[in-house]
Parts: sequence; C-alpha cells; structure tokens
Amino acid sequence: MSNPPVSEPLVSIQGVSRRFGDIRALEQVSLDIRQGEFFALLGPSGCGKTTLLRILAGFEHPDSGSVTLDGADLLAVPPHRRPVNLMFQSYALFPHMSVAKNIAYGLERERVPKREIRERVDEVLATVGLTGLARRRPHQLSGGQRQRVALARAIVKRPRLLLLDEPLSALDKKVRAEMQLELKRLQHEVGITFVVVTHDQEEAMSLADRIAVLSEGRVRQVDAPVPLYERPADLFVADFVGANNLITGVVTTDGLRVPGVGVLPCPASPDAVGDTATLAVRPERVRLGADGGLVGVVRDVTFFGGTTRVAVDVAGLDRPLLATVAGAAVVRLGDKTRVDWPGAEPAPGRATSWPCGRAAAWPAPPVRPADCR
Amino acid sequence: MRRFSWLHVPAGLTYLFLYLPIVVLVIMSFNAADTPYRWDGFDTAWYGRLFADRAVREGLVNTLIVATGATALSTVLGTLLAVGLARYTRSKLLDAIAVAPAVLPDIVLAIGLLAFYTAVQFTLGLHSILLAHAVFGTAFVAAVVRTRLAHVDGSLEEASRDLGATAVQTFVRITLPSLAPGIVAGALLAFSLSLDEFVIAFFTAGPQDPTLPIVIYSMVRFGVTPEINALATLLLAVSFTFVILAQRLSRLTESL
Repeated sequence: MSNPPVSEPLVSIQGVSRRFGDIRALEQVSLDIRQGEFFALLGPSGCGKTTLLRILAGFEHPDSGSVTLDGADLLAVPPHRRPVNLMFQSYALFPHMSVAKNIAYGLERERVPKREIRERVDEVLATVGLTGLARRRPHQLSGGQRQRVALARAIVKRPRLLLLDEPLSALDKKVRAEMQLELKRLQHEVGITFVVVTHDQEEAMSLADRIAVLSEGRVRQVDAPVPLYERPADLFVADFVGANNLITGVVTTDGLRVPGVGVLPCPASPDAVGDTATLAVRPERVRLGADGGLVGVVRDVTFFGGTTRVAVDVAGLDRPLLATVAGAAVVRLGDKTRVDWPGAEPAPGRATSWPCGRAAAWPAPPVRPADCR
Repeated sequence: MRRFSWLHVPAGLTYLFLYLPIVVLVIMSFNAADTPYRWDGFDTAWYGRLFADRAVREGLVNTLIVATGATALSTVLGTLLAVGLARYTRSKLLDAIAVAPAVLPDIVLAIGLLAFYTAVQFTLGLHSILLAHAVFGTAFVAAVVRTRLAHVDGSLEEASRDLGATAVQTFVRITLPSLAPGIVAGALLAFSLSLDEFVIAFFTAGPQDPTLPIVIYSMVRFGVTPEINALATLLLAVSFTFVILAQRLSRLTESL
C-alpha cells in the first residue's frame, strides 16, 4: 500500500462544533490535513461536510473549536484575507465578465501588476486547457469548460488550500470521468493542497489520498481509500463506502448464528461470544454456484459490461444478498443457486464483523478469519 | 398556421376594447378637421400648433425635470431598499410595506403627501412633485430589483469575497452589475410612470410650474382639441417605448 508522504499538518481542525438551531451540523470534529495531499470529506447530504468547508473558507464560524493553518489561527482571518480559495458547486462565475476577467478578478484584488496578471491568466488558461476561450462569457461555455474556469480562477491565486464543493456533481458522466483525471493531474502539477467535499464515495475513492467519512456531524473514520474499503471502522462506514452485504446475528463459537438461516462462518474473537454482531461481506467476495453455503433464488441480474451484479433472495435474510461476478452472469432470473464466501484464507477484502452495540468502540485490530475456528 | 378557434373571438374583442380608444386618438391627431365628427384628410398641423404652444412646452420641461429627478432618486433608494430587504430581514411585513406605495391608490398617496407637506410647512413647487413621485418610484424600483435579486446566484458575492474582494468592492463590482438589468428596468418604469402621473402631481404642485398632465387637464376643461390628441399620441409613444424597453431588459435578465 502506498502511503502519502507524512509531513506536518497544513490545516489542523480541533474540536469544531456548529449548530443550526436544533440541528447539529458538526459535533467535535477534529482533523488534520497534510501539506500537498488530496483530502476528501465524504458523507451523505446533511452530514456537515459543506458546513466544514464553509468554515475553512470563512463563510461560517464554528460555535466552538479551533482551526489553524500553518500553525496560525485561521478563524480570526476574514474570508477575503485567507490564503484559501473555494470552488463553488455552482461555479459562481461572474456572468458579466469574460473568462479572462473572471480569472484576473482575484489577482486584481491583490493589486498584482497588470503585466503579471496577463501572464498568470494565460498560464493558468493553458494549464486547464482553455487557451483561446479567454474572451468568452460564462454562458457561452459548456459545463465542463465552466468548471475549468472556476478551477482556474481559484488556483491562479496560488492558495495554500483549495476547497472544492462537489466539483463534479454538475457534469454528465463522461465529462465527469475526464475531469476526475484532470483534477488529479492538476493537483499534482500545481502542488496545492486540495480538500474536496463529495457525497459520491466512488469519486472520493478515485480522487483522494485520504478520506474522512462524516455522518451526522461526526467524523467516523479517516483513512486512505484502500484501508477505508477493507477495514471500515464501523457499521456506517461499512454500509456507506462501497456496497456491502450486512447480516446481523449472535456470535457463537462456530460463527454467527442468524435466526432462520443458520450459522455463518465469521471471524470473531472468543470473548465476543453471545454478543449481537453484524457480518459484512463485499459483493465481490460472494461466490455463486458453490457447493456448500446458502440456497437462494436469483431475483435480479444487472449487467454493467465488465461485471454483473446479481441479487439473490435467501430465506431468512431481510435484504437480498448481492454478488458481483466478472463478465456476464452464469445465472438467470428465477434460478436456484448456492451462495457462499470464502472465509478461511487471510486475504484483503475479507469479511469482517464487529459487535453492533459497540460499533463506536471499533477499530480493534481486525480479526483474521483463521482466528475464528 | 394556427387554426381558428372560437377562443380567439373574445381575445380579439378584449384587445379591441383595450386599444380602440387609443387607435382613434392617434388617428384623430392627424385629422385636418378640428372636430372628431369629420375626417378632412391627413394633416400634421396639430403637432405644429402643439410645439408653438408655450404652456405645453413649459409643462413638458417641468415634467422632464420632475421625471428625471424622481427617477434618479427612486433608482438609488429603491435599489438599496431591495438589497437591504433581501439581505438583512426576513420580515414579510417590512417587505410588504416597502412596495405598498406602488399599489396604493394614487389619491390616497396624494392626499397623504399634501397633508404631510402642509404639516411640515413645505413650500409646494416642482421639488414637492419630484419628491412625491420618488415615493412610488422607489417602491416600483425596489419591486423590480427584488425580482432580479431572486434570480442572481447568491454564491457570486461569496466567490468575490473568497477571491479577496472587500464588502464594498464586492457590492460595486459584482452585486451592482448583476442587478443592472433590473435597476435599468426599474428606472425606466419609474420614469414612464412619473411622466404621465396626474393625481399626485395635481395635489402636490405649487401655484406655478404645472407638469404636462396638469397642463393637459386645464386644456381639456374647455373641450378636447385635436392639439391634445397630438400631445397624447406623443406621450403614448414615449411611454410605450419605455415600458417595452423595461420589459425586454427584465426578460434579458432571466436568460443570464
């Protein structure tokens, strides 16, 4: 696993809370964002990620807690003096100004000499691939081009920190994939620390070096994409990041006893026996047509091209079991099939479990399936 | 080609009802005869007579002074009012009160203003008409600018702040230009309303310096002459131009 280079935190967020009336948007949030990394704030809508972003930009103030940038108090600085720029979800391009004027706006406010402004605008236009469109007005551009202008306008100021609010949400799927690569390339090229807010876990996984998962104003887990996927810290993360089959039962010495289904193989430490626990199995770990395991009826087959997602109804489980298989499916709707998942070998992508009632007490060191038997 | 439908009949009649008197007026202003009962042929002589009339010319100058001044005042106040209302209060009541002068019956405003002027012993004259017109003009401008404000992306101002602009720079460089079409539309509306406003002007005018509508009124008291038709036609042309301009501008704003 490739770890991003460890360095001093650029931004340090300590115990930040913010309420709107009865709603707790942020609750004791503490995070460190490192110099030069691509950081993602991931969570469902209403989890507080946008509030946190707006606090960093200076448009919101926390009720309590502190935020420092390069060790200095950031909260005392008004938004127009912060070395932080925000790329708005709506892009917020000034409709009465040309592309060049939009980009030059921030530099003019800094009283950068005119010649330098022209040079830097030309340079950044080349960086985002918009040379030749300098005189256009925003309404004459496509969605992807507008996004590039918004990005150019923010990075031309060479901020210490660039915030991106749902940067790809307004784009259609193809342009989105293109811009995803583009954003990564740009971040590498300009060397600015990026913080992106998104509700799209795939986007976060493909863009970011590290991801903070937020839910109901709290940070659930901060990790690189691979450990986040493989070792979710709690039930929420397990369910939110990637697809997962979640099966709840009682831990026994043999595995997990699920009423109406039987005992499923599962990793659990001996002292957890008797506890209620939830088993999480990634769909790509589930095998169809195996010898043993559970018996079910194929309820839905969705072909994605490279992979196929199969939903299998298993008696006793309230949700159909999802399986992802490579290529086209070998089963058809209504087929009876056996499902199981390998639990014996200690491999990445293993099934993990944790006590339901003590979900917040995770992470204990992940228990290898071998320890189970 | 649209097919005929019986619904077109009432629509046509409605337009006829609205515009027939105006059409007649315009035609009569070009009538060589001095009575509306006969048509003596096309003639622009009444327009010549009109321009030779000193009272009309002076009335026109007075009206332009009042309309220009009232428009300037109400554009500034109305814009500030609209921005202030949108940004600093959520009170529906304040909102309603702000635009009320636009819908209040003229006569109520007229009597109120006269009573107020008398109470504070304000000398009446062109300036008192100007201020009176600024009262409803401000309300109209505020209403139009508020509509425009609702269409402007609120994050524009934040973006400006984010890029390093102060609050004042943001207002001048971002807020005002985004509102410009609404402000211009409001100003045109205020101008055209002031131009032909009679009731309030009549109540708040001094003994000298009548505005054009008051001049027309005093002329009409001795019977409608074709000269008045010509004058009305000209006023109509000006008002129409302004209203259409204002409409086009406010439509333009929506596409931005």
